[in-house]
Amino acid sequence: MIHSLFLINHSGDIFLEKHWKSVISRSVCDYFFEVKEKAVDPENVPPVLQTPHHYLISIYRGKLFFLSVVQTEVPPLFVIEFLHRVADTFQDYFGECSEGVIKDNLVTVYELLEEMLDNGFPLATESNVLKEMIRPPNILRSVVNTLTGGSNVGDTLPTGQLSNVPWRRAGVKYTNNEAYFDVVEEIDAILDKSGTTVFAEIQGVVEACVRLTGMPDLTLSFMNPRLLDDMSFHPCVRFKRWESERVLSFIPPDGNFTLMTYHVSSQNLVAIPVYVKQNINFFETGSCGRLDITIGPKQNMGKTVEGLMVTIHMPKVVLSANLTATQGNYTYDLTTKVLVWDIGKLNPQKLPNLRGSLSMQAGAPKPEENPSLNIDLKIQQLAISGLKVSRLDMYGEKYKPFKGVKYLTKAGKFQRLSLSFL
Amino acid sequence: MLLLLHWFGQYSCCLAGCIVSLHVDPVICEAHTGVLYTELSPQECLPSLVLIPTRPRLFSVCRNEDLKEMLESSKESLKLEAMKRIVGLIAKGKNASELFPAVVKNVASKNIELKKLVYVYLVRYAEEQQDLALLSISTFQRALKDPNQFIRASALRVLSSIRVPIIVPIMMLAIKEAAADLSPYVRKTSAHAIQKLFSLDADQKEQLIEVIEKLLKDKSTLVAGSVVMAFEEVCPDRIDLIHKNYRKLCNLLVDVEEWGQVVIISMLTRYARTQFTSPWKENNEKAFYESDSEEKKGHTEEKPYIMDPDHRLLLRNTKPLLQSRNTAVVMSVAQLYWHLAPKHEVSIVTKSLVRLLRSHREVQYIVLQNIATMSIQRKGMFEPFMKSFYVRSTDATHIKTLKLEILTNLANEANISTILREFQTYVKSQDKAFAAATIQAIGRCATNISEVTDTCLNGLVLLLSNRDETVVAESVVVIKKLLQTQPTQHSEIIKHMAKLFDNITVPMARASILWLIGEYCERVPKIAPDVLRKMAKSFTAEEDIVKLQTVNLAAKLYLTNSKQTKLLTQYILNLGKYDQNYDIRDRTRFIRQLIVPSEKSGALNKYARRILLAPKPAPVLESSFKDRDRFQLGTLSHSLNSKATGYQELSDWPAVAPDQSVRNVEIIEASGSDSEEESSESEKTSSDSGKSSSGSEQSSSESELEQKKKKKTKKVPQKKSKPTAADRYSEIPAVYRCVCLLEGPVTTSSFGPVKTYELLHHMTGKGLAAKYHFPRQPCLYQPSMVAVQVILSNSSDHSLEEIHIGDRSPASLSIHCFNTIERLEPEASVTVSMGIDFSDSTQAANFQLCTKEDQFSVSIQPAVGELLMPSSMTEQDFCKEQGKLQGMNETSATITMETANASSQAISKQVLSVANVGVVSSSQNNFSRFAGRTVSSGALVLVSLELKESSTALLTINTEKTVMASMLLRDIKQALTQA
Repeated sequence: MIHSLFLINHSGDIFLEKHWKSVISRSVCDYFFEVKEKAVDPENVPPVLQTPHHYLISIYRGKLFFLSVVQTEVPPLFVIEFLHRVADTFQDYFGECSEGVIKDNLVTVYELLEEMLDNGFPLATESNVLKEMIRPPNILRSVVNTLTGGSNVGDTLPTGQLSNVPWRRAGVKYTNNEAYFDVVEEIDAILDKSGTTVFAEIQGVVEACVRLTGMPDLTLSFMNPRLLDDMSFHPCVRFKRWESERVLSFIPPDGNFTLMTYHVSSQNLVAIPVYVKQNINFFETGSCGRLDITIGPKQNMGKTVEGLMVTIHMPKVVLSANLTATQGNYTYDLTTKVLVWDIGKLNPQKLPNLRGSLSMQAGAPKPEENPSLNIDLKIQQLAISGLKVSRLDMYGEKYKPFKGVKYLTKAGKFQRLSLSFL
Repeated sequence: MLLLLHWFGQYSCCLAGCIVSLHVDPVICEAHTGVLYTELSPQECLPSLVLIPTRPRLFSVCRNEDLKEMLESSKESLKLEAMKRIVGLIAKGKNASELFPAVVKNVASKNIELKKLVYVYLVRYAEEQQDLALLSISTFQRALKDPNQFIRASALRVLSSIRVPIIVPIMMLAIKEAAADLSPYVRKTSAHAIQKLFSLDADQKEQLIEVIEKLLKDKSTLVAGSVVMAFEEVCPDRIDLIHKNYRKLCNLLVDVEEWGQVVIISMLTRYARTQFTSPWKENNEKAFYESDSEEKKGHTEEKPYIMDPDHRLLLRNTKPLLQSRNTAVVMSVAQLYWHLAPKHEVSIVTKSLVRLLRSHREVQYIVLQNIATMSIQRKGMFEPFMKSFYVRSTDATHIKTLKLEILTNLANEANISTILREFQTYVKSQDKAFAAATIQAIGRCATNISEVTDTCLNGLVLLLSNRDETVVAESVVVIKKLLQTQPTQHSEIIKHMAKLFDNITVPMARASILWLIGEYCERVPKIAPDVLRKMAKSFTAEEDIVKLQTVNLAAKLYLTNSKQTKLLTQYILNLGKYDQNYDIRDRTRFIRQLIVPSEKSGALNKYARRILLAPKPAPVLESSFKDRDRFQLGTLSHSLNSKATGYQELSDWPAVAPDQSVRNVEIIEASGSDSEEESSESEKTSSDSGKSSSGSEQSSSESELEQKKKKKTKKVPQKKSKPTAADRYSEIPAVYRCVCLLEGPVTTSSFGPVKTYELLHHMTGKGLAAKYHFPRQPCLYQPSMVAVQVILSNSSDHSLEEIHIGDRSPASLSIHCFNTIERLEPEASVTVSMGIDFSDSTQAANFQLCTKEDQFSVSIQPAVGELLMPSSMTEQDFCKEQGKLQGMNETSATITMETANASSQAISKQVLSVANVGVVSSSQNNFSRFAGRTVSSGALVLVSLELKESSTALLTINTEKTVMASMLLRDIKQALTQA
């Protein structure tokens, strides 16, 4: 299926290649570079390309292109999903997925790629299984290895692949048994010029960090599972129990994993935690404009809004911004034309305000459309949909684990369309 | 320290190199020092900067020699270090083939990491150094016999990855052996190796197919995905290999790893399209909708279409996978439903597809492409989710365009105003290519929905005064198309466009305006010649496309208004005659001959007006995804809109379903061998079964629910405290249990020869004879039914036609009939399976067996033991349940047996021959216990036999169904005493 993989950096250098079948010359990437040149943004490069003899399927992540070469019909999503899984694995192993760390850990990366695919077909993609075969690097071990000539390849052979729970390795041991669950919700919303909601929905994800000894069998139940409309599960979740009882029953993988993602049913009204008053004007003459933005709390369930940030993609003609912020500070990137106002915590008594003037290129016509605002925010200890975990039970093991649940609400794609000058 | 010293050695060596030359190759130096960097402190690394001036070739020789030395050293750590550097070189795409001899020596190393790295090297370069690669083969051959399954697997993996044609026979042998390995992991590896060998030597196909056939029978979830992959690669046309494994694959599906699921689902989609009849006929819609409940009612109504239970099985078992976290799996289930499910069921995939839009950009791209194709045919599916397709300013251009496409497809009278409002914001987007695409989309909405045509047209005319050129140009092009579809009184718009003409510079837009003026020149008689005059002035400076349209305009005006434009036309034609572009010269010559009457121009001249000013059909504004539905959704071909190499066409539904009995698996035989039955706890299968049961909960959820709803039977409360495998097992519905039986973890019931009963004697049946037996497999059609297999044979001398089941009594009797047998030749016989719901009573099921000419009343009377299904439970559970069923619910008798038959094995055999129950493993020797549930109501039936002295035994039956208990007691007693 997947024939070869090339890792390409932002400037178009191939810094890693791996072939699972016979070697394909890296000149095949020239077709890709051609398209990449044409696309202004690397994000605009279409993921699927056709060349005379090969098909190129690529993803763009962390300023890197993962470009895979296939020769025959294959579901494109299969390849894309796998490439993302590779990137996830790098992230998991090295903490980030960037050119630097991949180059630093070239051998580990190569060993990982070798294990993940056999003849182009995915072999081991579960992080638990991989970690048994190839240990993630850490400073202490690399020092020890240098001194003793040890290796970072597991001495024991992996058990996970053969066990009846392939996502969990056998013989897990901890002195402190803990299970943490983070319920993170994101609000996606588009507000129109007048501030009314055009579109709003809540997407949630339950991230878990489970460090439990042995083979625990967990059951997580919610106070109000009816809120959930559509979800996808980690393979460990027993779908049947969910269907019949609306509880999540599973034998967890060891460590961090995403237990489920969900979508809150659209019947529920979505609370919008902040309101934005904005006024951006460009004047026909004098090549300048005025900007005035105020943010205030709306439906935030009595919690504090934190990490508030406003991002505005300014029209190309805006040269600079001369603004004053009552709270936080702002930056204007001259090359990308992005104005970022980092506010921080929202104080309901004293609403943050940003105002001032914008100077534009002389002689250029004033922009047709006013820029839209992207808003970023966080609310700790609150799942905006009202979802609550009611209990976590453990079966199959004797000890008492420490259990914890954390809630967080974030702004996902939160967009405020601007008042138009028309 | 040793390493450090060594490094210094290398340093001096390289220094020698730099004296020789002053050539700079920073890349190699970087590669060289990069590896060292981890071991050395920054100060120590500093000298490496001096190394930069070196000639690459000399340098590499020097380095290679160095690496060779390291590889030949006796220190493991040095070897490892060298291998790491070499792998680093391979990763960067540098050539390291020179080191082959030195590397290959280490293939038998004890150090696992070193060995792995050598494998990496070997796989990369063996093709280039075939002779040397052969040196390593014996190591692998030895490893193939290793007791450790992982070592066997990895040896096979590398052996099969070495693309050296000489070793094909060795590979073949290894694959065959591995395919029969006890470890499923090794078998999986052999499935992968099949593909590798096939790509190396296609002549081995026949032999490989044999291995595939064997591996397809494998019951391990680990193997399933890989072998289907091999099947798809080697022999995708051998659909006959799938028949027997179809049900097994369907049932295993939830437990297969994600990547295997994708492959299996796409293969099963193709399979189903060849084996089942279309569920899409209009008049069938209702039939399916109620298919489940109707089956229960017993098919009293006439139905033209019944979905094959296997078809339903596939749909039911893939549905839970819509909840997978793997986007490829979700997409493949979606395409399966799209291509296989009845129309009204397809919409269940919508929500999941929309969910995928939250995923990575590349995933969005593919999913949106598929939604675009789907939304053309089925607007209704995605209309409720319209807002999910609203464009965000941060979307990539190709995502925006696709969303636009979908929104346009979804537009209808009801939602068009919302969509147009949304489009208005898009037109103002800073991304001008996107704005232009939006204008195209508005044009499409305008033609598709006649109510809004005028509104759209007015809006587009407003856009003509937009400041951006691309927007204006696109508007002109779209207006041109719209006017063409509505050539009524739009002269105002044409005039307006003529006015704008001077300010528009985009060639396509200019050409469009010229064409419009030419086409409708009689509506704007004053303006048209003036425009032509202007064009004559600027002709030479125009783009080709504009020149062509100018020539056209001139010709049309010459024909309608030759008085004013004759000279202008001739001037333009003269200019065109000497143009650089041959198309324009060509067109000019043609037009001149056509319109200007002369001696040479023949008969065509007379028709010039009719040719040039003929009413032209309006262009159809269509979705660019219109023709994509010729490809299977979710494929690469669909994504590219052109056939990719190796694309397998999805066949059309067959008009008549091929024989469905080919998929019947003879469970009796499969589980009949004693060894498999008794190895209920054997190590190999236990891991599999544990997994399959956990997964089966997922697969069965739907049917479970249905069952609950319909029957509203009181379920025996299951304890939830410790969901052990066995505990969960009892919840598995019939369909799944069937496979579990195959896997052998549960002690199965079918012992010995199956009793066959006569249904219809050939004398009474005028040649048609029928026999039946209870296969004791769960009924696929309905869990509450008992499966009955009927063997129909024709002993007459003429063929019998249309054998089917007619009236039944009692009328409420619920029977799942077999499909009508169109024709049964003389001396031929056919086995069909049917399901009968006896409602836990031994009352006979009477029905009529009909042929084209005759009807014969027949009846099936089940023995009480056949109304049970084996149930698996532990001894403790058994005792606990038994405790609950005391008093009224207990029936017992003392029996005398011959000592020869008093062994627990003999007892089991006798009991199981009478009743379809499961053996409960017992810790006491003098106790034999059996558990079952009644098929219809699921009531527990517990049989226990306590051996006492002098060949007497106490037989006890505990169940709520007291009538059944006494009948069962009688039967078992008879069986045990007789034997």
